[in-house]
Order: sequence, then structure tokens, then C-alpha cells
Amino acid sequence: MVAQNIFFGIIAAAMVVSAIKVVTTKNVVHAALYLVIVLAGVAAQFILVGAEFTGVTQVLVYIGAVIVLFLFGIMLTRARIGHEMDVDNERRWIAGLTALLLFAVMTYALLDAFDDTDIEANGALAPQATQAVSDSIFRDYLIPFEAVSFLLLAALIGAIVVARRE
Amino acid sequence: MWLNQFLILGALLFCIGVYGVLARRNGVMVLMSIELILNAVNINLVAFGAFHATPAGQVFALFVIAVAAAEVGVGLALVLLIYRNRSSIDLESVDLLKG
Amino acid sequence: MLAAEAGAAASAGWFLENAWLFPAVPFVSFLLILFFGRKMPKQGAEIGITALAIVFAGALIAGAQWISHVNAAESAHGTEETHSTDETHGTEEEGHSTEPGTTEDGTHSEEGTSTEESHDEGALAVSGGGRSVVLGPSLALPMAEEGGEAHASVPPVISEWKSDWWTVGGIDFQVGTFVDGQAVMMLFVVGLISLLVHIYSTDYVHGDIRYTHFFAFLSLFTASMLLLVLANNLVMFITAWELVGVCSFALIGHWWEEQNNSNAALKAFLTNRVGDMGLLIGMITLFFTAGQGRTFNIYEINVAAASGTVSDTALTVAALCLLAAVMSKSGQFFLHTWLPDAMAGPTPVSALIHAATMVVAGVYMIARMYPVFFEGMSIAGGSINAVALIGAITTMVGGSLAFVQRDIKKVLAYSTVSQLGYMVMALGVGAWTAAMFHLMTHAFFKACLFLGSGSVSHACNHSFDMKTDMGGLRKYMPKTHATFLVGTLALAGFPLMSGFWSKDEILAGTGGFGLSEGANGRYSLMLVMGLITGGMTAAYMTRCYWLTFMGEWRGANSPNAHHGAHAAAHDDHDAHAPAGHDAHDAHDAHGGLPHESGPRITTPLLILAVLAFVAMFANIPGQFGFVPEGWRLRFEHYIEPKGEYFPAISHAEFSPVIAILSLIAAAVASGLAVAYYRKVEAQDPMGTELVDGPTSKAGLPKVAYNVLANKFYLDWLYTDVIVGFVKGPLARAANWFNQNVLDGIVNGTATVSKRIAGFTYTVLDQQVVDGVVRGSGIGASETGGLLRRMQNGRVQGYAALMFAAAAVLAGVFVLAI
Repeated sequence: MVAQNIFFGIIAAAMVVSAIKVVTTKNVVHAALYLVIVLAGVAAQFILVGAEFTGVTQVLVYIGAVIVLFLFGIMLTRARIGHEMDVDNERRWIAGLTALLLFAVMTYALLDAFDDTDIEANGALAPQATQAVSDSIFRDYLIPFEAVSFLLLAALIGAIVVARRE
Repeated sequence: MWLNQFLILGALLFCIGVYGVLARRNGVMVLMSIELILNAVNINLVAFGAFHATPAGQVFALFVIAVAAAEVGVGLALVLLIYRNRSSIDLESVDLLKG
Repeated sequence: MLAAEAGAAASAGWFLENAWLFPAVPFVSFLLILFFGRKMPKQGAEIGITALAIVFAGALIAGAQWISHVNAAESAHGTEETHSTDETHGTEEEGHSTEPGTTEDGTHSEEGTSTEESHDEGALAVSGGGRSVVLGPSLALPMAEEGGEAHASVPPVISEWKSDWWTVGGIDFQVGTFVDGQAVMMLFVVGLISLLVHIYSTDYVHGDIRYTHFFAFLSLFTASMLLLVLANNLVMFITAWELVGVCSFALIGHWWEEQNNSNAALKAFLTNRVGDMGLLIGMITLFFTAGQGRTFNIYEINVAAASGTVSDTALTVAALCLLAAVMSKSGQFFLHTWLPDAMAGPTPVSALIHAATMVVAGVYMIARMYPVFFEGMSIAGGSINAVALIGAITTMVGGSLAFVQRDIKKVLAYSTVSQLGYMVMALGVGAWTAAMFHLMTHAFFKACLFLGSGSVSHACNHSFDMKTDMGGLRKYMPKTHATFLVGTLALAGFPLMSGFWSKDEILAGTGGFGLSEGANGRYSLMLVMGLITGGMTAAYMTRCYWLTFMGEWRGANSPNAHHGAHAAAHDDHDAHAPAGHDAHDAHDAHGGLPHESGPRITTPLLILAVLAFVAMFANIPGQFGFVPEGWRLRFEHYIEPKGEYFPAISHAEFSPVIAILSLIAAAVASGLAVAYYRKVEAQDPMGTELVDGPTSKAGLPKVAYNVLANKFYLDWLYTDVIVGFVKGPLARAANWFNQNVLDGIVNGTATVSKRIAGFTYTVLDQQVVDGVVRGSGIGASETGGLLRRMQNGRVQGYAALMFAAAAVLAGVFVLAI
């Protein structure tokens, strides 16, 4: 498992650095591009634990669609391309403290609960068959699936209604 | 691999996202930070799914992805509306809740 | 796992097994009215009335089938001698006028139309006998023959969707109906009152711009309520619970053009949300703790709770959470404030929703989940518990607030609050049957009173103000007057009226001071509060009746009177809508004097008045030896569940002492009220208060009046104190703290630090000290900034607070547990 751990470390480091860049960079477009790295990293982590279908979906939906949506949003709101001086509000210290506090609590709880539990404690990591996922969605979670479809429809209509010019 | 390395990565991303949501003035950037939070949750879901050897984790991660897509759509529409009304997406200027 | 019950009930009767049709019919009617209503000749009203007639007829048949089901179960257990199920000797027209459990056989109500006919017959027979509502001697109570105290287990009729309805992640959600005595009784009550309200509304909201919409929502409301009554699991239950809330919102805000109405609708909706959280949490608690494994099934939860296998703590938590839901939905003290405001809706809605049916949903929920409350609250053998206390406080609060209302509907609304408190109190002291009996009798007489007040307002300038627009109406509106009088007597607890018996059963059920035998505990405080409220009820209803019907008509001088220009000066609830225009024209033709309402309004009134009287025969106390045995305690016999899903409650016996006490309280109180108004009349025939009456004097009475007139300052507490405190003083306090304390600290720290820095300049590196000074200054000013900017309207600031608070809370949990 050494190789996996090494890859995890590399990807995780890239993700964390990029994530910090996302929330600190002064350039909106750069933020979006750093976000791409984080999202791709998440997809890579998914594949690392054998969740291939979800990893591919992550790439398709996030990098394929959501980021494009963000770039359109940036363009349409004509946010200045390039450096902006005050992209952060004056409460960023409080925000930072809050985030740190939250992280401390969560880390403590996690270490307390799963100290060095192996992720393979309940069986070796194996690529989970897409079929199992689809069976699960369309059998056990059919109603939530329908609800999500309905939600997407509602969001579609809602977004059009909200953003439409009168 | 430990379970915890995924969970703590998730926690870290979550907190970075929280910082972004709280500290950014730009509406679009706040939405990006929310994406970070949602992805942190997804990492947890998938890691626990692998840990318990059940597809349920992936299923819920997929649901989160779908809901996040909806959220971005509506969120950007709202930002657009704010921009149209105020010619700015500076959230500091949106303080109608001021008591 | 319920196949056994379902199988055993195979012969229980088609209507009991297919009870899903009851909500389905009005729901279809809702859709039809919504889509085709406007094109119909009567704009959709006929669809609603037909649907309700079908429901009502079905409810009657279901009642008959339930009776034979109970009888069959008893004979099967061999605890009864064989009996001739002779249920058919009721006369046709009275047969349907008592409650279903005891009266109906299926033979004369095969279909809706025939029932409707028999209905009209009944009404005509009664009204033909003069305006008096006292029935002729031919009133025969059709009864099943067998009496006796058989306690054979009667299985409820549970029908479930055979295959899994919906499975998520391995948890089955089912749909099905759970029919037992109380459900059948509610079917009857809801079906009947809804039908009468539909008929009444065709006249009352005639010509309204949203006439069709109104009927559509009445249908949807009925459907939701019936679904709530029949639900066999908590998911269905909460769905229906929310649906009735939505319908209530839509109907209160029926005339939403007026700000007040739309505010009232919002207030009702939002207040209910508070309690709904309780319902949700209670439901989830029960899901995880009660039953074999995880279940939402009400029957299984009840069996588990009654058998004592569930931990007491879990039941107590669940019961308290559910109680919060009851407090909001059934208008219990301190969440009752929405109910009087809900009178902004049209009067038929007030009668249907806010008196007779929706608001009893909470009471019904306690009754339905009774084992949870009975065990969770340790009702047996106790002397006080949360349910009984909330009910007792509510009953007194509602009763006292009813005194100071000028608006006739508000008097009735507070009276509803008070009576709901009675029911909850009854459930809290273990008098289950008394509570259900009171629920039924209250539904009849309160609906009668509400519809009567609508009829009165219809005649009086479309105002509900008793002081400016009413008085002396007994001369002008004989039918309304007679029916209102019956309702008043029933509510006030006049003997020989249904209200007296049901109230007396509740008071006996408290077992206070050991005055009644066989009660579940000694709830003396509840008995005292109940008796006081009995007196108050009699007094405020006397006041209400007197101001409305006695004396001289004051409406001619009222500011509301001159509506020659129709649009002008309508400051009351109903008049601003186009609803009343025809009636306005009629008024003008009459030269402005009040006049009796049309038959579509008076007929429902008469039916309800008769029921308000007749319902007393449904549960004649068991000690009355002069009544044939088969006539006593019919309600208890057929409605009260018998079986493992119901706790073993004991039944209080009729106590002459309590009956006489409550009679004295009511008589003295109404006597005082009459004496007061006689004095008023003697001083000033047009007056409504003594010139030097107690409330116009200073001192304690004045203070009391002010407290009551301001509704115990609850609204003020909610809107001004709580919201205002958070908005104003807290922000000011933060600002003051910042200006005086923090700035002081900042300045002090900086000064002191600078001095130290000056002294130790040569010892320490200047840069370090300066850094510390600046750092502490900046830190303090940032903290001050946090406090000052807490209320700056920036959502991110609030979000930061929320996240930080959540983090701290999570930290506490993690470290403490």
C-alpha cells in the first residue's frame, strides 16, 4: 500500500494548496482554475478508494459543467479579470479563527473515533462495480433519486426565472 | 491506508471552504467555497462507503453532486440578479438584513 | 407482520377495509374543482358537496360496520351472551344525528343521495316542530343491544398496501389505513361538519371572487384531515398534518388582499412550524426506540409502548416532543396565539378548521398515540404531568381572554382554545373517553356557534363587533337565535345538553380530591382549574349571547351601518370582499334592519343544534340505573380501543358532587353575568357596559382588564420583547460594551504597554514590544469590531457566528461525551 499512500500524499498536498489558493487568491479566474485542481484531486481520491464511477462523474459534472458555469458567471458579472485589491472582507481573521476552531474540533473527534483504523478493516479495497452502484440507486434509493430529478428540474426552472431579464 | 487520512483531508477542505464562505466578498467566490465544502463531504461519504464496503456511500456522493449542480445553477442565477440590480457582486453591499 | 390482523378483519366490512377511499374522494373533488370548477354551473360547489355527501354516507356505513365489528369481536370472545344485532329501530331521521358508533346501521344510507335526503328530512322535521330545538318524545336512540362491560379485545381494521410501497436504504415505508373506533368517530364528525360547512358556504361566500378556489381548498382540507385520521404510520400522519396546515394557511389568507389577513395566515403557518419540529423529532425518537426494530407504524409503536418494553426515558422525550406539536396545532398555551388571529378567514373556515376539525388534530394525535403519552408521562396514579398541566393552563387562559373580546368570533376562538385545553387536560389525566366525547360534542356545538356567528354577521353590516353592530337580534333572527342559544347552553354546560355531560366526564376523570371513583389519579389541581373554567365559560358565553341577541339593535348607529356606497367603511373581516354584495343589496331593500339568513345557512345550524343536544345520549353515565343498560356508555363501549395497542386505563364514574359543583359554578357565573347586563340595560338600553363598570375604574379590575385585553402580553412578548431585544438592546449593549469597556481596555492596554515599553526600552528590543502593543491593540479592536458589527446585516457575519457556535457546541459534545 506504499504506492497508494504516496499518491494520496501527493494528491492531498496539491489539493490543500490549491484549496487555500482558491480562498486566498485575488483573481477570480485563478480561483476558478485552482478549484479545477481541487476537484480533479477529489476525483483522483475517489479512484484511489475504488469509487470509479463516482470519480468519473465528478470529472464530468464538476470539471465539465460546474466550472464552466462558474466561468460564465465570472464573465457575466464582469468581475475584473486580474487583481482586485479587496476581495476579502475585513472579517477574515474571524473567519480564519472559526475555520481553525472547526478544524481542531473535527480533527480531535476523528482521531478520537478512528485513531488508526485501517480503511480495509471491513474487506480489501476493490473497485466497486458500477453495477452495484446502479442497483443500489435504482432499487434501494429509487425515491431519493426521483426526488433529486425533481429538484434538478425545479432548480432549472428556478434559475431561469431568477436570472431572466424582465 | 488509514480511514482517517481521508477524513482529515475532508475536514481540512471543509474548513478551508468555511473560511472562504465567511471571508470572501465576491459572490462567485463564495459559491466556489461552497463547492469546496460539498466536495469535502463527498470525500467523507466515499471513504466511509469504501470502509463499510457498501455502495451507499457512492450513491449519496452522487446525490450530493447532483444537488451541488442544482445549487450552482440557482446560486449563480442569484448572483447574476444581484449584479443586475446593484452593478456589483460585493456581498458587503447586500445588507438588507441590517437591524 | 400485520397480516394476522388484516386477515382476522377480513369480514370487518368493506368500508373499513377500503378506508383509503375516504380521503381519496375529496381529493379527487379538489382536483376536479381546481381544473373544471369554473366551468361548472355552480362554479365547483356542487362537486365538493357531492364528494362530501359520499364521504358522509360512507362514514355512516363505516360506523355501522364498526359496530357490528365490535359486536362480532365480543361474541367471538364469548364474553357476551348472544345478541340480536338489532340496530335498526332508530327512526330514519334521527338515526343519523347521533354519533356513528352507536347509531347507524347500513340499511338506510346505502348511498350518498339517500342520506342527504334523510338529512333534509331530519332538518325539516325539526324545524317544522317550531323553532324550539327540543326534540319530540319520539326520539329513540338506536342502539346496539348489548351493553355490559365486556373487555374483549377488538382488533382495529388495518389495511396495508400489500407490496412494499417505498423502500429507501433497506427501510420500508408503508401506506395503509388504521381504522378503529376513534377513527370512525372522526370520519363521522369531519364528514358531517365539512358537508354542512360546504352547504353553508354556498350562501355565505356567494359571489366571492375566489369562490371556486375556496371550495377547492375546503375539499383538499377535508381530504387531508381524513388522511390524518386514517393514517397508519407516522410518515403519512405528518404528511397529512402538514397538508392541513397548508390548507389552513390558504383559507385563513383567503382574502389576502388585506394585510391583516395575510399576516394572520403567515402567523398561523409559522407558529405551527415551531410545533412541527417537535412532531418530527418525536417521530424520529419513536422510530428508533419503539417497536420491533425501526418502524413508523402507529399500531406497532402503540403495542410496544403499551407493553412496557420501551424505555421510559425515550417515551417521555417522545411524548414531550409530540406535546410541542399538539401545543401548536391545537392552540395550547403559549403557542395558541395564532388561533384567534386565524379568525381572519371566512367564517365557514373558522367553523370547520378552527373549531371543529383541524385544531383537534393535536388532540387526536395524543389519543392516537395514547400509550406513548400514558406511559411516557406516567399518567396512571399521578397527580400532575405536563400534558394535564398544559391543558389546564390553556383552558383557563382561553376562558379568561374570551371575556374581553368585542369580536364575536374572537370570543368563540378563545373559547375554542379553552375547550381544546379541556380535551388535552382530559387526556393528561387519563380520561381518554371523556376527551374524545368532548371532542365530538364540542365539534357539534362549536361549529353551530361559529356558523351562527357568521349568520349574525351576515345580517349585521357584515361586522363581527358585538358592541357596535349587534344586540336585540332575537327579534330579527329567530332561527339563528334559537340555534345559537342551544350552542351557548351546550358550551356553558347547561344540564341536559351534550356539553354538560362531556365536561362532567372530564371533571370526574380528574379524580381530584377523591371525589370520583375509578379515576386514574388524583389530579386535584386540574379539577379546580376545570371548575373555574366552567364558571368562566358560562359567564363569557352569557355575555356573548346577551350582547348579540338581547337588548336593542345597535347596528343602525354603527360606523359600519351606512354602506350605501358599498366599498366604503368596511373595517371588518368579511365585508371587504365582494362576497357580500348581494346581501348588501338585500340589506338596502330591508331598510338596514337585520334579517334572518337564507335556508342554506339556517339548515346546517338547525342540524348542528339538534346534534348539540342529542349527542348527550351517546355516553350516558353507567350509574344511571333508570336508563336501560344497553343505552349507557355507548361511546365508551364502541369508540374506546380495546386491545394490546391501548393502555389499561380506568374509567371514572359519574360523581354527583362534581356535577353539582360544576352546575353551581356555571349557574352562579351566568347569573352574575345576567345580573350585570340587566343593570346595564336599566342604565342605558343601548349600552354595552356599565358607565361605572369595574373595568372603567382604576385599581385591580382595570389592571386585570388590561392584561386580558392585551392577551396576557404574549404577542407583545414574542414580537416586541424577544425580537426587539435581539434587534435593539442587544446591539446597543454590544455597542456600549465596545465603546466603554473594550475601548477602555484597548486604550488602557496600549497606554500601559507603551509606558512599559518606554521604561524597558534599553532592556528589550523596541520592535518586540511595539509588536506586542500593536498586536494587542489590533486584537482588541477586532474583537470590538466583531461585537459591534454583529448586527450589520451582512449575512457572512451571521454565518461566521453560526459556524463558530456550531464548532463550540460540537467541541462540547466531543469532549463531554
